[in-house]
Amino acid sequence: MKGVEGSTRPAYAAYHDWFRQQDPDRLTKKSLDAEAFFRRTGITFNVYGQAEAQERLIPFDLVPRILAQREWSKLAKGIEQRVAAINAFLHDIYNRQEILRAGRVPKDLIANNEAFLPQMVGFSPPGQVYTHIVGTDIVRTGEGDFFVLEDNARTPSGVSYMLENRETMLQMFPELFSKIKVQPVSDYPKNLRRSLAACAPAGAGPKPTIAVLTPGIYNSAYFEHSFLADQMGAELVEGHDLRVVDGHIAMRTTQGYKQIDVLYRRVDDEFLDPLTFNPDSMLGVPGIMDIYRAGNITIANAPGSGIADDKAIYSYMPDIVEFYTGEKAILKNVETWRCGEPEALKYVLDNLKDLVVKEVHGSGGYGMLVGPAASKKELEAFREKLVAKPGNYIAQPTLSLSTVPIFCESELAPRHVDLRPFVLVSPQGINIVPGGLTRVALTEGSLVVNSSQGGGTKDTWVLED
Amino acid sequence: MQLSITHTTRYTYDEPVHYALQKVRLIPRDSSQQRIADWHVEINGGQREVSYHDQHGNVTDLVSADIGVTEITITASGRVETFDTAGVLGQVYGAVPLWHYCQPTPLTKPGEGIVALAQDLKGAGDQLAALHALSAKIAETVKYGTGQTYAATDAEAALAGGQGVCQDHAHILIAAARSAGVPARYVSGYLMMDDRVDQDATHAWAEAHVAHLGWVGFDVSNGQCPDERYVRIAVGRDYREAAPISGLRHGAGDESMIVSLQVQQ
Repeated sequence: MKGVEGSTRPAYAAYHDWFRQQDPDRLTKKSLDAEAFFRRTGITFNVYGQAEAQERLIPFDLVPRILAQREWSKLAKGIEQRVAAINAFLHDIYNRQEILRAGRVPKDLIANNEAFLPQMVGFSPPGQVYTHIVGTDIVRTGEGDFFVLEDNARTPSGVSYMLENRETMLQMFPELFSKIKVQPVSDYPKNLRRSLAACAPAGAGPKPTIAVLTPGIYNSAYFEHSFLADQMGAELVEGHDLRVVDGHIAMRTTQGYKQIDVLYRRVDDEFLDPLTFNPDSMLGVPGIMDIYRAGNITIANAPGSGIADDKAIYSYMPDIVEFYTGEKAILKNVETWRCGEPEALKYVLDNLKDLVVKEVHGSGGYGMLVGPAASKKELEAFREKLVAKPGNYIAQPTLSLSTVPIFCESELAPRHVDLRPFVLVSPQGINIVPGGLTRVALTEGSLVVNSSQGGGTKDTWVLED
Repeated sequence: MQLSITHTTRYTYDEPVHYALQKVRLIPRDSSQQRIADWHVEINGGQREVSYHDQHGNVTDLVSADIGVTEITITASGRVETFDTAGVLGQVYGAVPLWHYCQPTPLTKPGEGIVALAQDLKGAGDQLAALHALSAKIAETVKYGTGQTYAATDAEAALAGGQGVCQDHAHILIAAARSAGVPARYVSGYLMMDDRVDQDATHAWAEAHVAHLGWVGFDVSNGQCPDERYVRIAVGRDYREAAPISGLRHGAGDESMIVSLQVQQ
């Protein structure tokens, strides 16, 4: 809420006035109400590797994170540029590979990458869209200084929290929303549906059928899968509900099989089709890759999109943006050392205690080292891992992330945050929901915002002008 | 040479089939080595769902079994004119970049044995001669014989076992070539053995990419390069990507498969 000189950021002014007039006890009570509301609606998530609490609530903070329209438009422009470049990159990598020929991205980075899917080579998905849904992770270090942390081009999760956070705020503080004009996010499910429908294969007809493919109730994001299907008015299906019928993928209904035109899948590439990929997968749909390559279904996001959010590719993103758009990247990239390069590895080993080290294919904050917060023992253990498999890791400096206030023991306290705006891509254009999911590190000074690591969320406001 | 081919694959099931899919790569393409005069694939007990070109350019059909059948028969037949090019397919390239044929797959992952085998090929001045020598060495080390290996045996295991079929020979050559930095791939196809009309099974061999020549075929099992008795059907990085038929089935009961193949002049 505070700017550099300790003054209230202009975007927060109206909220701050309102907050000062509130009784802290009432807010504390509201906070507990919000938790009860989340429990009732069933928003929980599963944490891998924690047997005692299979389902946990993500803590919700009632102080919104507020962005002015001016800040947001700059950010949105940068995201749009980046997402357009990512789609062009994916089409190029799976077809002519101009960027490799031009030497802008090293061939080995693609050739040796597990996320590169040969089955996508020489093929264009319907509408030439690869990343139908993107959740770009963004942090701010100073006024207007936005950095992209990760591109999340495969299956970004968290949009259900964004929607529920707003819903909760509207229920708890209706008067606040009449005082302050906040851009709505509730159109997201409708826009998602429209965007996916616009990506349907040519032969789908005017009203394409959309379904959400979930791995099932034991998946950590199952709540979100069912929530999104429900909100979009789409079917929620599992692999065993689907089969090949008359050259298409169809789902079992009480009236027989119904053709699916667009499958929003929340199943990883490897498990998507046992006939083509991992033959032991029980989660996927046998034959779907054949139907896909024949042009009879849209898979969102396209298989093989993961090559674009690989953390080693990330370091080339400024080049990728420039190569395909002819413009300098609007959003900054965090300086990244690729540990597979001997000089970079030496630097990283020498400065381990000041760096954040991440696995190239990892996500969710698992298997990462935050140097400044790590013990001597942790540093040593990580050093061994790095030396053993340097190509598996990248390192970045710890950024001095901006803070926003949270409501903590009856008063406001600063905490570090990131932001995941949700981006929809179709042949009709790129649509970004105003705001997104703000994740917040609830421990004082902590930089780790992942919900699996004890982070919380808050509502994100983009003010109307 | 004019070859007449009839290739029948019959799957029989103990119990009526609920749901079964077959990925079928049985349509040969024109090349410097062959011209397809006439070809068709007929399916009994099932239907063709879609047909498309995969990343290697193979025409691929997805076939589903009709509900309740106990038998599916897939018959590929036709006439192919073949040419002896001394094994050279040439400098023909598709959508897949050459470097992709240097990447190992689970079936062609090199172990110690493969790496040792590839030593002489690494940096060899005369690549073609080194590949011929490699082929001969594999034939000598891994005797042709059935029963020792199965469809999922990888190159390293087949090499260690000392016995294998054409699939294993091809995998070993491919794995060794790649580990020496030479692009290589798997070819499935037909071979007319001169002394008979009824052939034992579909055949497989390897192709390696040699500078200035392009793709060159090596049939380790028969100690020769493919000539006019060979018909290429499908290519891939390994058996799994080039298998004429691979399938998946839901339901109980046993399945058996009979292949009959006639190739004659």
